[in-house]
Amino acid sequence: MIYFIIFLAVIVLIILFFVSIYNALIRLRNQVKNAWAQIDVQLKRRHDLIPNLIETVKGYMTHERQIMENITKYRSQAMNAQTVGEKAQAESLLSGALGQLRVQVENYPDLKANQNFLALQEELTATENKISFARQNYNDQVLMYNNKIQMFPSNIVAGMFNFKEEEFFEIKDVAEKEVPKVSFN
Amino acid sequence: MWELIQSNRRKSLILFFGMGALLILIGYVFGSYYDPEAGGVVGVFFAIVLWVILSALSYFAGSKILLAVSGAKEVTKDVHPQLYNVVEEMKIAAGVPFFPKIYIIDDPAPNAFATGVKPENSAIAVTSGLLSTLNRYELQGVVAHEMSHIVNRDILLMTFAGVMLGVITIMSDIFFRGMYFGGGSRYRSRSSSKSSGQAQVIVMILAIILAILGPVLAQLFYFAISRKREYLADASAARLTRYPEGLANALEKIANSTHKLRSANKVTAPMYIVNPLKREGMKLADLTSTHPPISERIKILRALQQGVSYNDYQRVFEMIHGKKEKIIPDSVLKESIAVTPVIGLTNEDKDFNPIEARREANDAVMKLNDYNFINCKCGVKIKIPPDYNKPIVVCPRCGTRHQLR
Repeated sequence: MIYFIIFLAVIVLIILFFVSIYNALIRLRNQVKNAWAQIDVQLKRRHDLIPNLIETVKGYMTHERQIMENITKYRSQAMNAQTVGEKAQAESLLSGALGQLRVQVENYPDLKANQNFLALQEELTATENKISFARQNYNDQVLMYNNKIQMFPSNIVAGMFNFKEEEFFEIKDVAEKEVPKVSFN
Repeated sequence: MWELIQSNRRKSLILFFGMGALLILIGYVFGSYYDPEAGGVVGVFFAIVLWVILSALSYFAGSKILLAVSGAKEVTKDVHPQLYNVVEEMKIAAGVPFFPKIYIIDDPAPNAFATGVKPENSAIAVTSGLLSTLNRYELQGVVAHEMSHIVNRDILLMTFAGVMLGVITIMSDIFFRGMYFGGGSRYRSRSSSKSSGQAQVIVMILAIILAILGPVLAQLFYFAISRKREYLADASAARLTRYPEGLANALEKIANSTHKLRSANKVTAPMYIVNPLKREGMKLADLTSTHPPISERIKILRALQQGVSYNDYQRVFEMIHGKKEKIIPDSVLKESIAVTPVIGLTNEDKDFNPIEARREANDAVMKLNDYNFINCKCGVKIKIPPDYNKPIVVCPRCGTRHQLR
């Protein structure tokens, strides 16, 4: 009898242990999802800002049509992207194009003095920062979640209930580091 | 973050009971001094009632009182977009659901504080001087520091600790005044037996010792915790922004400012990011100052070259301090993941335009004082004082007529 009770107690303890791991996994996964939602909000915000920016800048920047076309193109690419990887790719191209625009602004003192543009520029900087902070938070959450999935003993529970590792949101630095082309025509 | 809150809660509880015990002891001894038979209970009762009232007051109205005393005014996004954005950025970086209210204090001395016992009703207040001296990254560092105070629940801890300290100080004050004016126990003449007289003397000595040491002990305890929380908030800020240089530069600018904060006093001083009362002090002042020396905070932040995780901060702290002292709770150190800092933002100050920043800060203060702003199509910002009562204003550059409501 006593052995049976001990056996039962051990079983119950093991079950409780697994339940707590399962709950921890769920919590981490929800945090990852929430962090992703935050990035998504900020990316949308940037997409919304762009038409406004183009509209303000158009009248001043007559020589930068290529950059503006790129911005519009990458924006629509980014809006149609599906997976995390695709999104990261398109968004980094968009960041690069916006960076180029920012460099060119230096050549247009009238534009730099325009209050509407200054306000827009602050909004754009803030949105870029928010994207990168949201990304930072998302990647931290993904790291913790993935660690939990890979480590023993939580990997057993993760395997049983089909918890899958999440993808990091990595911005490829290629576009951002690209030197803006200077044209003399 | 979760572990930080947990360990803070535990610490709050230990502090809570520790100081509470000191409070009850003081209440009992002082009470017994006045009336050996029933006084102890009355003293304890008095101490607890005083504490409950003051705690409730600071819990429910503390942050409102603090904000009102410092002359802070709540701002919306349009008053100072950059400040609002920076706060939102830090909210996102911390991954928290609440959005602190934002206040601006019209004061040329650069400083900032956070308040609110619950994160949901928390607030961050900065001076207009801070806005006009710091660039975006430095402002981010300061806001990250304040956000960390909120996220780590430091404000709750400091509020309760502060109230305990206040009650203990008030009680010993009352005791000394009573001794001075009343000359001692009312019941002394009644107690005729020798042994009770002896007990009376012991109680009196004990009471005097407690009256002298109680407030000092409570204060040292309070200051020690306050300083630890400052380091911790610096560590969290470095982790949030991934750019410790921003906060380091900000602290340097704040320390070098010659302005003195008008609205600060002894009670509100521990709340600010940099102690607004004392000039950066000598080592001797360390034990009794609410804030760690700024130079040391800057040195630690600047030494965070390889990483900005809590582990790195603890390591660098010990290296610079030269002694082992736990700044970051163990449970957090165990969980903390490697975090690399952002490098290469150092030319940011080149983009910073001090005139523009000062104008932005002035505009914010003007907006707080009900000035009306109109952005003309030609790019000119027209500022209309509240007592301007004509229906139309003409843009000084392009001559456009703007209709006023």
